[in-house]
Amino acid sequence: MMILRFDDLNLSYRGRAILRDISGIFAPGRVTVILGANGAGKSSLLACLAGLTASDTGKVMLGDRNIADIDRRERARLVGLLPQRTDIHWNISVEALVGLGRLPHRGRWSESADDRAAVLRAMEATDCAHLAQRAVQRLSGGEQGRVLLARMLAGEPRWLLADEPLASLDPAHQLDTLDRLRRCGADGAGVVVVLHDLTLAARFADDVLVLKDGALIAAGTNADVLTPDILAQAYGVDIEFALTASGEKLIVPVRRRPTSG
Amino acid sequence: MRLNLFLAFACLAAFALSLLAGRVWVPPADWLSGDLAAIIIVDLRLPRAVLGLAIGGALGLSGAVMQGYLRNPLADPGLFGVSSSAALGAVMSMFFGYSTSAWLLPMFALAGAAGGILLLALLAGRSASLILFTLAGMILANLTASLTALMISLAPTPFAASEIMTWLMGALTDRSWDDVRLALPVMAAGALALSFTGRSLDALTLGESAARSLGVDTRRLQWLVVLGIGACVGASVAAAGVVGFVGLIVPHLVRPLVGHRPSALLLPSALAGGLLVLVADSVVRIVPSAAELRLGIAMSLLGAPFFLALLVRLRRELA
Repeated sequence: MMILRFDDLNLSYRGRAILRDISGIFAPGRVTVILGANGAGKSSLLACLAGLTASDTGKVMLGDRNIADIDRRERARLVGLLPQRTDIHWNISVEALVGLGRLPHRGRWSESADDRAAVLRAMEATDCAHLAQRAVQRLSGGEQGRVLLARMLAGEPRWLLADEPLASLDPAHQLDTLDRLRRCGADGAGVVVVLHDLTLAARFADDVLVLKDGALIAAGTNADVLTPDILAQAYGVDIEFALTASGEKLIVPVRRRPTSG
Repeated sequence: MRLNLFLAFACLAAFALSLLAGRVWVPPADWLSGDLAAIIIVDLRLPRAVLGLAIGGALGLSGAVMQGYLRNPLADPGLFGVSSSAALGAVMSMFFGYSTSAWLLPMFALAGAAGGILLLALLAGRSASLILFTLAGMILANLTASLTALMISLAPTPFAASEIMTWLMGALTDRSWDDVRLALPVMAAGALALSFTGRSLDALTLGESAARSLGVDTRRLQWLVVLGIGACVGASVAAAGVVGFVGLIVPHLVRPLVGHRPSALLLPSALAGGLLVLVADSVVRIVPSAAELRLGIAMSLLGAPFFLALLVRLRRELA
């Protein structure tokens, strides 16, 4: 199975460093959560991992191949990306939108039975099969979020990169979405998710990676990384841990730390 | 699919009817008789109908691609300035009095379109940024429009000025097989380029980064769009002057019928565009007036109420 690795990535935009010399490894079959404050470089890292942004120095390796050298369509079949806040520009049907996820598999004109089956599976997995014929722009924000997730799942990539897939989902669908991503991991896919909810991160992550100002301040297993010290450093807030009556770990940001010089 | 068949059939019917439309009635029995009446059909009305169908198709297709590419339902193929560059080329040939040869004006127009595309590429540079590109196109459109106005104001004789203005209004009057031979291959090449954009345009529904993550090559798409629209619009202007609104109205009308999918919009837009121009060009020939109504004016007259209807609908939706 292929691992996804990034070595010594540096990325800057107009003289501002976005990623500072970071390296890491993702293993297939595991769910990695990327944490970090706004502007820490999480989305930029995902763009580099998906091969959409070329880093200034360093490289992203998929198995033994540099991701920049993989043909676009093959890369799209291997690595799926769910960008943050995707605008839907045309009022197409849910089925047609989810079908876009099959573009890297499809021939120019035709759609195969495999494609249709994958679209159906993706819609069922995200609880939007009943919306298939609805127009996407008439859906609620949360429903659109699920449809967009289904779009990525429909491509059945070996690596799934999701940038804040829980934004605007209700609690039930947040859990569903994470469950679904976990199951993709259990089936052998590699899953990398950007999250802001620390409690959900603690429950779902195998591994955690923490970015601050473009630098990697911690990487490792869930238990090793999700500690009050590391999180306080990452977000600049005091964090408290607690256990619920049923034994679930709660991670609560309680107050902003005074900014020291 | 049913829509495409219906539109193709309507095009055929309109094509046949347009051969009947005109000041002189030629019964179908005489069409191939070889006498004077047949010449009206074979050398005047037939090339005109072919050009009308081709120009409408090219403009409708260009409009559908343009709107999909810019993800804007109000985008027009003239937006990149290619049609006004082509018009500038044609106006230059008239300004310098070269328009005596039938080939020169369309050649100048095509050269103008090619120059416009080149300038656009230089202005936008190597970037695939949509905003930069659209801005460059609008600068080009403005520049060429003002140069055209300059030519009109500096025209050596009032006759030349009025000739230029009349030409700019767009028409298919007195077009011959020469015009067809010149324009049709260019349009066909452009349409071929545009026919490869469908999947990428679909992917762009989700925005640029999602499209790229689906394997879309945005640079390649940009060149297909520019060259395809440049060839289609440039050849249309070369053959018939500036015929506005077709590229804007047609995709807009067809879109709800195909479930809003950009790729599904391409073929029906081409067919409906051809249909619209064929019908409009037949109508201007039939309308009783001292001089024949210019096709470009007729299309603009159609366009205004269309926008009004759009406005009313938008107001109702926003209310």
